[in-house]
Amino acid sequence: MALDRELVGRSYPPSAVYEVGRAKIAEFATAVGALDPVHLDADAARAAGHPDVIAPPTFAIVVSLDAAFVVLSDPEVGLDYSRVVHGEQKFTHHRPVRAGDRLVATTTIDAARTVAGNDLLTARVELAGEDGEPVCTAVSMLVARGA
Amino acid sequence: MTVEVGTELPEQLFRVTRADLVRYAGASGDFNPIHWNERVALQVGLPGVIAHGMFTMALAGRAVTAWTGDPAALVEYQVRFGRPVVVPDDDEGAELTVRGKVAALLDDGRARVDLTVTSGGEKVLSLARAVVRLP
Repeated sequence: MALDRELVGRSYPPSAVYEVGRAKIAEFATAVGALDPVHLDADAARAAGHPDVIAPPTFAIVVSLDAAFVVLSDPEVGLDYSRVVHGEQKFTHHRPVRAGDRLVATTTIDAARTVAGNDLLTARVELAGEDGEPVCTAVSMLVARGA
Repeated sequence: MTVEVGTELPEQLFRVTRADLVRYAGASGDFNPIHWNERVALQVGLPGVIAHGMFTMALAGRAVTAWTGDPAALVEYQVRFGRPVVVPDDDEGAELTVRGKVAALLDDGRARVDLTVTSGGEKVLSLARAVVRLP
């Protein structure tokens, strides 16, 4: 089904808080082979000027993709989840994600169009601290392949 | 380091095995079976188990952070997932080659790096770009 352009600009309520832990950062960093000590050792991170270990640049996806997927459960969007693939991803880091962060994700539909029978939907997820400090803007373009 | 338009990043080679995909699935929380179950991957029309696009993006990003020496210096990073990386069920896995070149010098001591990411000679990411703060 063709996506409704009226969806553009639609926002969803903020997510529950995601608390970033050192162990999760270490697990993710190890899984992608990012073994810089700033990801693994709080003392090394502090020596580099960070308050605690920082996450590798794509770690934000752990929080942001679930937030982007809220659009898929919106009945007015009507995308078939089983046909959805990840088309594009962009991160803009306002500062590195770090252990101790309590992140809240707010999702907005930035674009919706249908091209050659495929539905393309761009969800922008703003990750911020509980106090509103901007941390990362994660933009996911999701593609629902035409039947 | 001296950086100008056209400066090339050291080429990075990565091997991606099924075990790497299972580990990434656990770490990222993305348990889509097309990344670990051949039967499901074939059923949905893929040539086999494929790597998470986000895993490929993470590895390509390492070529940039290894070059700058500072993971926090990568301020913007974007990719388009062009072609899946098929990961065979053997000990060798798939090979990923990441090349990068400085495409533009921006204000505030930043530079844009364009990446070329291939597997088996085919481009797997397109429009892969990073903006980094130069040391």
